[in-house]
Amino acid sequence: MLDRTEGYVTADGRKIGEVAMEMKNITLRFGGVLAIRDISFDIREGEIRAIIGPNGAGKSSMLNVISGFYVPQEGEVWFRGVPRPPMKPYQVARQGIARTFQNIALFEGMSVLDNVMTGRLTYMSKGICAHALWKWGGAEEEEVANREVAEKIIDFLEIQHIRKTPVARLPYGLKKRVELARALAAKPKLLLLDEPMAGMNVEEKEDMSRFILDANDEFGTTIALIEHDMGVVMDLSDRVVVMDYGKKIGDGTPDEVRANQDVIDAYLGVSHD
Amino acid sequence: MAETQTSVGGLQSLPALLDRNAREFGDAPAYREKEYGIWQSWTWAEAAEETEALALGLINLGVKEGDFIAIIGRNRPYMYWSMVAAECVGAVPVPVYQDSVAEEMAYVLEHCGARFVIAGDQEQVDKVIEVQEKLYRLEHVIYLDPRGMRKYDHTTLHEFSHIQAQGRAARDELIGELDARRTKLDYGDTCVMLYTSGTTGKPKGVVLSNRNVIESAKNSSEFDGLRRDEEILAYLPMAWVGDFIFSMGQAYWNGFCVNCPERSETMYENLHEIGPTYFFAPPRYFEERITILTIRMEDAGRLKQWLYRKFMAHAARVGPDLLDGNPVGAWDRFLYALGDVMIYGPLRDRAGMSKVRVAYTAGEAIGPEVFSYWRSLRINLKQLYGQTEATVFITAQPDGQVRADTVGVPSPGVELKIAENGEVFYRSPGVFVEYYKNPESTADTKDADGWVATGDAGFIEPDTGHLRIIDRAKDVGQMADGSLFAPKYVENKLKFYPNILEAVVFGNGQSECTAFINVDLAAVGNWAERNNIAYASYQELAGHPEVLATIQGHVEEVNRSVAEDEILSGCQLHRFVVLHKELDADDGELTRTRKVRRRIIEEKYRDIITALYDGSSTVSTVTQVTYEDGRKGWIGATLEVRDANVVPVQQKMAAECGAQVRRLGLRAHRPAHRPVWGTR
Repeated sequence: MLDRTEGYVTADGRKIGEVAMEMKNITLRFGGVLAIRDISFDIREGEIRAIIGPNGAGKSSMLNVISGFYVPQEGEVWFRGVPRPPMKPYQVARQGIARTFQNIALFEGMSVLDNVMTGRLTYMSKGICAHALWKWGGAEEEEVANREVAEKIIDFLEIQHIRKTPVARLPYGLKKRVELARALAAKPKLLLLDEPMAGMNVEEKEDMSRFILDANDEFGTTIALIEHDMGVVMDLSDRVVVMDYGKKIGDGTPDEVRANQDVIDAYLGVSHD
Repeated sequence: MAETQTSVGGLQSLPALLDRNAREFGDAPAYREKEYGIWQSWTWAEAAEETEALALGLINLGVKEGDFIAIIGRNRPYMYWSMVAAECVGAVPVPVYQDSVAEEMAYVLEHCGARFVIAGDQEQVDKVIEVQEKLYRLEHVIYLDPRGMRKYDHTTLHEFSHIQAQGRAARDELIGELDARRTKLDYGDTCVMLYTSGTTGKPKGVVLSNRNVIESAKNSSEFDGLRRDEEILAYLPMAWVGDFIFSMGQAYWNGFCVNCPERSETMYENLHEIGPTYFFAPPRYFEERITILTIRMEDAGRLKQWLYRKFMAHAARVGPDLLDGNPVGAWDRFLYALGDVMIYGPLRDRAGMSKVRVAYTAGEAIGPEVFSYWRSLRINLKQLYGQTEATVFITAQPDGQVRADTVGVPSPGVELKIAENGEVFYRSPGVFVEYYKNPESTADTKDADGWVATGDAGFIEPDTGHLRIIDRAKDVGQMADGSLFAPKYVENKLKFYPNILEAVVFGNGQSECTAFINVDLAAVGNWAERNNIAYASYQELAGHPEVLATIQGHVEEVNRSVAEDEILSGCQLHRFVVLHKELDADDGELTRTRKVRRRIIEEKYRDIITALYDGSSTVSTVTQVTYEDGRKGWIGATLEVRDANVVPVQQKMAAECGAQVRRLGLRAHRPAHRPVWGTR
């Protein structure tokens, strides 16, 4: 298992920095159900970190703890060197954490561009009065500046041709991409992706993988993702956390995880007594 | 004749034209490209500066005179500058089809021995890297879009903007060298080398000189009265001669603005935004737009559908006459004006054609129905007959003399002659210099007097002087009973139906004609959706009994229409098959400009053709397919062979046809595909 405090250099030559976010002994319960038990791991600056595990292992719960949507009963989440108190989702967003959802959560009636613009919300400070005055209230400059960021993301994800299309009319694969665009528009320090390739065909998966790698490369975004497709996970991620029945059963580079007997058992289905 | 004319006011190269444009109207827009949702533009002065910076950078990188620089990417101002910059430094630009798979690219790069490649993005760079081992002469690759390129080894890889920056930094030192190379360029120097798609065999590198390009641009511009304020949209492959002449030759000669779309997917939208005045598209484009329109109309309300049908019928009746200035009755004029407000105007606007003064279609014969559709909307769509070897122009239709069945009169400076056997020959200032490293082919195509064989069979109409092309000389044949076989004619009729994307007709030397048909996924998919027909794949949809029944209906309609033509009534389709896969350029079945490669299709689907003729009702087949990333796979299918009703043709007619064939000097070749046309 990796234990590096100073960061490390990946096989393809990227420098991974210090710890960005650390989970310390997280336990999460829903009534009597123990979703996560006593899990600790960290996510480093510039890293692509995967959380994998069989169905019901607690992966999405873990992501919700990271995003601040669930508050664990025990344990602490440290972000950039300080423990994070329970927060409202918008406060988490302001901290620089953005996410996508397993079941796409876009504004279906709005255009792609408008959806991406909502990702810029935390950067907009002009109120309703300024917007009403438009030219004189400074709202125009603000919108132009944010539109530029949104357009660069649209260019980056190659969705110019659907810029003005209402999201409801898009196929699934493109919706996923729009969701990624919205998350990236927020210029997050940490990006959480909940099953970004679920339900995609091979070609769409290849595209999505390339966008994830490019986003990490281009914007230096730290990425934590949950994914079922093992091939994708092993290719994309620098380090992998493996969960099973709410416990952490493995943590390390893809090669280390692949060789881990507990992980093999979990995936091949050894009975839990 | 070309050789008598040595220069046009000292403007003997594209760099010289660029220099003139920057001096004389430097503030006028030269290029636009939509990026980040906004049309960015460059004036002629800016374009000249950008080009010079790149040219200096190329010298700095070690480009020598006579080097070949391959240019691979979609239409972007930077790529056009690259071509001119290459010429500035005395190198030869070789645009390569950006959708070629790696091996095709390897062939071209290896054949011309390119020392440098300018690639659009990571995808193109990856393809070059994939085949790099075979390319021992390749030294440096320059890429435009830096996205995803950070982790690559940069010893021989360079970013476009860095090359320009280095060029600007070294300006004082290198400008003398650049000027010396630029002023040396004259009419005899190579302007560009373009690889022909080739419906048969390996691509050939057509060398075009400055004389070819500039004379052709000048003559054709005068023919259509092109001006400095034209707007065009550059969206056709840069490796295709048409794009080179329109977006480089004519644009530089006239000084008009070239607009590049944001991405290929946004082309329709960008076309609508720009509203070009001069437009060019292959027949397929015009067919596709009708398909989209038809699909939309099917989804429209009843009233709208009724209006559309009524007014389109009216337009078909009087539109072409109005366009040609022929007399039209007052009531018809009134109705047309009404239709213009309600239907035609909006249609033109949606198609981005409301400002078009001149539109051309070429590359292939266009179906008369498709052609008339656009003409009836009062869009000045004309036909053009050309070749890479002619620097595009052989014949074109003058305004007011446009017909679906001819390709027009010889373009200015072009001489035509029809050989004994019906093959069309031409001679013009645009006639290419040679096929690179292929003297035998050059000699086969171009004789000592400069006459070039087109490979097409045709004749000149005695009363109008218009050229009529019958078909590819190689494709025209004779059926067993002696009647004329012209596959393209029937295929174009089939392709008019929105449901049919592509068709290939067989029947040379046989007693009856048969066809392969590709259904159009967009149109048929839309129909399936509206009728609640579930399908999982193209293959399943193409084999659906109701789809087959619809296609059969189309085939029988085509048969009725074909039967009306005395000469070609023997080409009615007796049996057909709807193919389980789309014909694709990646599988070699189409050329990169999407022309059907008959020989390859005949080879590949021999089993299905056999089934078409042996009377069996189904055929099982397995076909190899190539995926976008170059991997190969196999798909299997059982196809239904359908019989279609034909209109009986009287025996007398067939005899007349034989006479007609002889009169045209057409000789059919036997099924063994021996070449019989002239010297070839």
